[in-house]
This record gives sequence, structure tokens and C-alpha cells, in this order.
Amino acid sequence: MDDKKANNKNVTGLMIDEEKKKGIFYFFYYVGRLLWKDKTGLVGLLIFLSVIISAVFSPYLAPYDPLKQNLKISKTPPVWYKNGSIHHIFGTDDLGRDILSRIIYGSRVSLTVGFFGVLIASSLGMIIGLVSGYVGGKLDSVIMGAVNLILALPYLVFVVFIAAILGRSLLNVILIFGFTDIPIFVRVTRGEVMQMREEGFIEAAQSVGATTSRILFKHIIPNLIGPIVTLATFEMSAMIFYESGLGFLGLSVPPSVPSWGNMLSVGRQYITIYPWIAAYPGLAIVYTGLGINLLGDWLRDVLDPRLRRAKK
Amino acid sequence: MGKLLTVRDLVIKFYTFDGVIHAINGMFFDLNEGETLAIVGESGSGKSVTMKSLLQLLPSPPAKIESGNAYFYRNGEKVDLLYLSESEINKIRGKDIGFVFQDALSALNPVLSIGRQITESLETHMGLDKKEARERAIELLESVGITGARQRLYAYPHQFSGGMRQRAMIAIAIACSPKIVIADEPTTALDVTIQAQILELFKEIQKKLGMAIIWITHDLGVVARLADRVMVMYAGQPVEVAPVEELYENPIHPYTIGLLEALPKLGEKKKKLTSIEGTPPDMIEEPHFCQFASRCRFANEKCFKDNPPIISVGKDHYVRCFEDITERIKVQKVKTV
Amino acid sequence: MKRYIISRLLQAIALVIGVLFIVFIMLHLTGDPASLMVSRNASPEDIEKIRHEFGFDKPIIVQFANFLKGAFIGDFGMSLRYRQPAMKLIIERLPATIQLATAALLFSLIIGIPIGLLGGSNPNTGLDLVARTTGLIGQTIPSFWLALMLIVVFAVKLRWFPTFGRETVKLLGINFPTKSIVLPAFALSLFTTGQLARFTRSSVLEIKNEDYIRTAYSKGLPRRIIYVRHILKNAAIPIISIVGVQFSYLLSGSIYIETIFSWPGLGQLLAEAVFTRDFGLVQATAFFTSVVVVVLHLLTDIAYGLADPRIKYR
Repeated sequence: MDDKKANNKNVTGLMIDEEKKKGIFYFFYYVGRLLWKDKTGLVGLLIFLSVIISAVFSPYLAPYDPLKQNLKISKTPPVWYKNGSIHHIFGTDDLGRDILSRIIYGSRVSLTVGFFGVLIASSLGMIIGLVSGYVGGKLDSVIMGAVNLILALPYLVFVVFIAAILGRSLLNVILIFGFTDIPIFVRVTRGEVMQMREEGFIEAAQSVGATTSRILFKHIIPNLIGPIVTLATFEMSAMIFYESGLGFLGLSVPPSVPSWGNMLSVGRQYITIYPWIAAYPGLAIVYTGLGINLLGDWLRDVLDPRLRRAKK
Repeated sequence: MGKLLTVRDLVIKFYTFDGVIHAINGMFFDLNEGETLAIVGESGSGKSVTMKSLLQLLPSPPAKIESGNAYFYRNGEKVDLLYLSESEINKIRGKDIGFVFQDALSALNPVLSIGRQITESLETHMGLDKKEARERAIELLESVGITGARQRLYAYPHQFSGGMRQRAMIAIAIACSPKIVIADEPTTALDVTIQAQILELFKEIQKKLGMAIIWITHDLGVVARLADRVMVMYAGQPVEVAPVEELYENPIHPYTIGLLEALPKLGEKKKKLTSIEGTPPDMIEEPHFCQFASRCRFANEKCFKDNPPIISVGKDHYVRCFEDITERIKVQKVKTV
Repeated sequence: MKRYIISRLLQAIALVIGVLFIVFIMLHLTGDPASLMVSRNASPEDIEKIRHEFGFDKPIIVQFANFLKGAFIGDFGMSLRYRQPAMKLIIERLPATIQLATAALLFSLIIGIPIGLLGGSNPNTGLDLVARTTGLIGQTIPSFWLALMLIVVFAVKLRWFPTFGRETVKLLGINFPTKSIVLPAFALSLFTTGQLARFTRSSVLEIKNEDYIRTAYSKGLPRRIIYVRHILKNAAIPIISIVGVQFSYLLSGSIYIETIFSWPGLGQLLAEAVFTRDFGLVQATAFFTSVVVVVLHLLTDIAYGLADPRIKYR
């Protein structure tokens, strides 16, 4: 009877050594399979990477200096129009600056705002949310009161308000979005902690004498990664959107800096006669947003129920 | 007694992202008019899946009925439930076969009144109009022991207590006086006193309406009180079928023996509770040998090589095991004495 | 139910007080509100004059008290630019924004919800793809860019609609907008359409898998009845919340659209106030919009409570 156990097979019939090998390589294989299964995730990733490359390698990719003005060739249409020229594929704006180059450099502003904005919002938001959820009690009530208050406000109105007060600069924009987005991260983090509390996790860990930091790092934070990363992705897309909106109103980075929002603001004045000045920067925004959203959808499907089961 | 259901060779697989789950591997059973068949097994043994497949209630990806038949005898006709069209099976669902689900709170629509959830069955299958349906619904609620039925008709599920909700579910299931009621662990979520009441209720209704009951449970105590015949399931297969007294007095399949031994008995002084060693298989592989073998104390090498057949070991008593099982049990008994 | 309404009402009041506080603080973020409101080449004397005129030289507590007093009676001071009371300007501009937001909401309800329904009921089909794509489109196309493109195509090239401005027709004493509302409302509605499609779809999908739907099937009810009486009725309840939220978003998010189309509503008022550094007016508009949003959320919560029997009855 005991030779059953000597067989090295556990109940699932898999050889025990095989299971160990599954660890690292399996992770990449698994992710690759998931990406391939839902190819939109792959498309999103590629789009996103292309934007990152465009931002990092702008000097090498852009055909011209984005700041160089040349009134002689101003308002040239894109290459496929009658007066278009192959030298300026997307045409030039009202000051003769090459639109393609400005679009390529514009990705720097958008990605910087998106990345650092989300970094600030997610890290501070997570910390506050953890404290609020874990400690509970009056502190939690106060924090959630503030969170709910801020979330109840009309976002755009206040962002415009603050931007008008602080003035045009990249740093201001990053700070504005970084801080105004904290409440969302607080709410999500706290929600997750509350759920874990409800499921009895925290109590169980405390009852076997786990220290607070151990509970936090070994149990709570791994379960947060999924929802937070997904949320961060979507918030990044939102920030890029809102930044271009602010730029459109002339409240984002200074006018000379190439940003998609600024370009749209200029383009608006000429929309009825030189529509391309606004059209292509806008397409860049759509393109980037598409990539990030597809990636976010994929992340959400992948990270949410599956990993949660595995990590527990 | 007339035959109502004949299920043969049922094989059901679930196609999931992580692999194919062989949920049901060769299910078979019969059901006769007016009798109570209890289906016993642990979670995951396939009891619910089998019953849901009879009314085509399994979500069709990922579930797939690979093969088998489920013949239902209806007014002298024989129809195969598994392959009926949607409009055909709708004539049987709720009318000839009623289903009582396990958790009444989640099984009832939260935004419809209890009364509505009863009357819609009546309107659909019995052609009653709104007024008649309402009166009949009140009768039904009273027949399952719900007082103040006339007002309760307009109440919502969340306003009922657990026991009352389950009674309401029963009322819905028997509304059109079906020939078969399938009850999927209807008392598992209730506390013991209410359990007893519901059991009594079922017996009463069965006496009145003469329907057959298929009772799914993992509780052997319930089985003893209610069933005429019992089927024990393991890993998606029936492993023993017998009339109830025969099963308790003369269990043959090692799993059944294990289950009955694990029951603590009043008056018996034991230091340790017996349990069955090991854990159930995970159903990812198609079974080519006995699925219980690794936990069976009577197993030998044959058990790990071939699928055991179904053999008869008494009147109406069948076991999925190799023919020499009765011998092996006797040998074991001799050894321990 | 009563308890529910009262608790929501109290929350709303607390929110309004919080908003008052925030709106007040905003002006003092940089420490010197007066310098915000003047043009670049203002002399220190000008700044001092402004400071005195608006009472910024008084202690903060006094300023806040005065602010509260004014807010209570609806007095938010005068607009620097227009030389009129801020509130009066806001009330004048309100109808235009309400009409725009309502039209946008109607567009998105009519387009978004049916698409979401079809998608959710037929997962993994072409219809489902349409629903998910609609959600995606709403999320990735900025309303201001769409507005500009619409102008190029429909106003300039095709000449079906005016390029800007709000034309009205007087019907029964109210000014109704003409087809001049179509382009702005459509551009404004895109995001909401996407959200409604996506949310309706996921709501239907989720509910389809609920136990009580399986019970409904087990009763042999025809598919049509299951969809309408069981699935939709449950799916509709959370949709109420989303519609409420979206409507408040539409009311407060019309800055871009109103600016592009020169639509004389609150959004345009806010944008102009920002450009002309008329911060008193900005403050008033911010407060007013916030209150509208809070009230809308309150009404939505009440509607939700009425629709869901689990809340309505105990």
C-alpha cells in the first residue's frame, strides 16, 4: 500500500519536480499566452511602447527641430494635399514649425505628466488608503470624508481653477494631476483592505501573532498590486487626456513647448481653413489613449481574479 | 411503479482556460414514479452538474455534454432531455420537473415580489390569468407553511427569513404539480431545526402530490430520513446504488464504507474520528482506472490499471468495483479480527 | 427608506459646506489673492486697491465669515469684467448649459444603452464587439478634438450645421435651441455614450450569470420574459446611478465644447473668467457647479433607493 506514496506523484498526478520547474519560465510563458489569447492586449502594449520610444528617442526620430520657426513655409498642408510637400509630411503650423516633429516631441510632455502624475497619486494614495483601511476608526472616517468631498467636486472645473491660479509649467501640471488623483487611489486601496478585513484575513493573521509589517507586506500589498496597477494604467490615460485639455485652454505647459494640447489650441483658431494643424495632434492623443486603454483592459482581465487566487 | 427517468452513459466535460475538466464520467440512474432518490457525494463529485444537465441549465461554454442519454417518460412518450430544443425543454422545465436550489437568497430575483415569481410559472405553464394565478399562489404559499400568505405575496425575498425563503422556493418548484422535484441541497444552508421542518414539508407534499424527488445532499443523516433509494457519487461517477436500508446495512463500495464509518455514532466511545485518507482527484485527466483506488484500503494493482465495471451485488444493489470486492472485504475483516 | 434619504441629505449638506470651504481656500492658495486678479503690469498701488476692494486685507476668519454670509444669500460679489453680480451672470447662462447637457444625455441614452444591451445579451458576437468598441471610442477620443473635426466635416465641408453659436427659437416662452445644438451636444455626448454602453453591457453580463436567472430558466420561462422581466429590471438599477453621475459630468464638463462653439453657457463663462483673471467669478462658478453636482448626486441616490426594493423596503 505504501508504494503508492513512493511514486512521487501527488494527487494531481504531476511529478513534484515538474512543479518546481514551472516557476519562472512558466510565468513568461503564461503571460505570453495570455497576451496572445487576447491580442488586443498585445496591440495596446505595442502602441504604448511605440509612444514611449517616440518620447525617449525624439531627437532621433523627429525630422526637424520642433521649436524652429520659419514663417516662409508656415501653414503648409500635409503631403497628400495639393500644395503639400514631402519635406513636411503632416504640414506646418502657423509659425512654420513642422507638425510631425512637434507631435513626436509632444509625446514627452504627455508621458511625463502621465507617468509622474500617476506615480505621485498611486504611491501617496496607496499609503493613505492603507493607513485608513488598516487603522480604521475615526481616522478612517476623517480620511474618507475628505476623499468623498474631493471626489464629489466637478473635476474639470477645479483643475482649471487651480491651473489658472498656479500658472503654466510642466511641474505645476504634474503636481495638479498627481494630487487631485490621490483620492481615487485612496478609495480603491482602502476598499481592498476593507474587503480583506471582511474576509477575515487580517484577523486570522493577527491571531497567529503576525506583526503589522508582516501582515502588510506579505498579505495585503500583494493583493493590492492587481487593482492598483490596473487603475494606474487607466488614470494615466485620463491624465494625458486632461493635460491636453488644459493645454487646449492654454493652461498647461508654456506655449512654445510642443505639447499636443498646445497644438490643438493653436489649431482651433485655424480649424476652418487649416484643419490639419489640429487634426494630427488630436490623432496622436487618440492613438496613445487607445494603446493605454487596450493595455489597461488586458491588465484588468489578467490581474484581477486569476492572480488573486494564485497569490493567496 | 412507472419509470420516469432513465439516464445512461452521461459524459460531461468543462472546457476551461486551464484545461479540460472531466466532470461527469459515465453517469447512470433510474427514477420511478413517486420514489425518493438521494444522491450523496462530496463537493465536486458532480451531483449538481448531473441534475442541472437534465434541464439543460449548464452554461454552455464551458460545459459540453459529450455523450449519453437522459430519457424522460412523459404521457407514454420517451424524450431525451439532453437534446431537446429550447422551446421543447421549456415545456418541461417548471412544469414536469421542478428545481429547488440551494441558496434561496441568491436563487430568488431580488427585485420581484415572491408572488410574482410564483405567478409567472402559473401564467406560463397553466394558462391562468393574473387573478387566478394570484389566488393559486396564495394557496401554494399556505401549503408550504407560510402564514399571512395574502400579504406575503407582495413581499420581496430579502424581507423573508431563511427558512421562509426556502419554503417559498419550494412553492415555486411545485407550483405546477410537477412529476419530479429535484432538490439541490435545499437544507444545507439552514440550521438544524429548520432543516427538520423542511424535510417534513417535503414528505408531506410528496404524499399529497405523489411526485418523485431527487434529493442531492452530502449529509447521510438526511438520506436516512427521506430516501427510498440512494446513489453514492465519487469523482463524477456513481459508485454505489442501493435501496436505503440495504446501503446502511450492507455497504459494499469502499467509499460508502468509509463514509458510513466516518459518521460518529451516539453511544459509541471512540478516541479518534475516522476519516478517509487522501483527497479527491482533480478531474483534469480522463479516468482510465479506478478514481478511488489511491484512497481505498482494499485496492490492489488491478484497480490502478483498468476502469472497474458496474456489478450487481444484491437486489437492486449495484457497485462500481471489480467482482472480487466482496471477497477482499471479507479477507480484510478476517485480518483485523 | 426614510432613514436612507435623511442620511443622504445630511451628507449632501456636509458636502456643500466642504465645497464652500475649498472654494474659499483656492483663492488663497498662493497666499495673495489680490495679485492673482490683476494684469501683469499692475503697480503695487493697483494691487493694494484690489486687496482693499475685495476685503483681502482683513483677517482670514473674517473673510471666510463674510464669504459664508454672502454665499448663504447667493451673493458672490461682482464680476470684475462684466461689472455685474456673479450670481446674476451664472443664472443667465444656466439654461444654455442645461439644454446642452440634456441634449448630450439624450444622445448617449438613445445610442449607448441599446448598444450595451445588445452587447451584453450576445457576448462574443459582433454585437458585443460593437459594444466594447463603443466603450473604447468614448474613452479614447477627446471631446474637444472631436468637436473640431465635426466642425470641419459637418459645418465647413457639408454645411449642415453652423460652425458656432447658439441659435434659439422661442416656443411657449422658452428659448429652444435649433439644430445649432446638434454638433456641440454630439461631441459632448461621446464619452458618456461610451460609458453607458460599457456599463450597460457589463451590468447585463453580470446579471446573466446570477443564480436567480438560472432559477428563471429552470421554470421554463420564455427567453424574452427572462430578458425583460428578470435581467433588464435588475440591470436597470445600477444604470440609474451611472446616468446621474454622467449627467453631472456633462453639466460640469462642457467647458471645451462651449468654448469651441461659442455656446453661451456656464462652461464658456468659466473659461472667459479664467482668461480674464476674474477670479471672483471663477470662484462663484466653481461653487455653483459643485452644488449642482451634489444635488444631482442626491437626487440620483434617491431615485436609486426608490428603484431597488432592497433599499425601499427596509
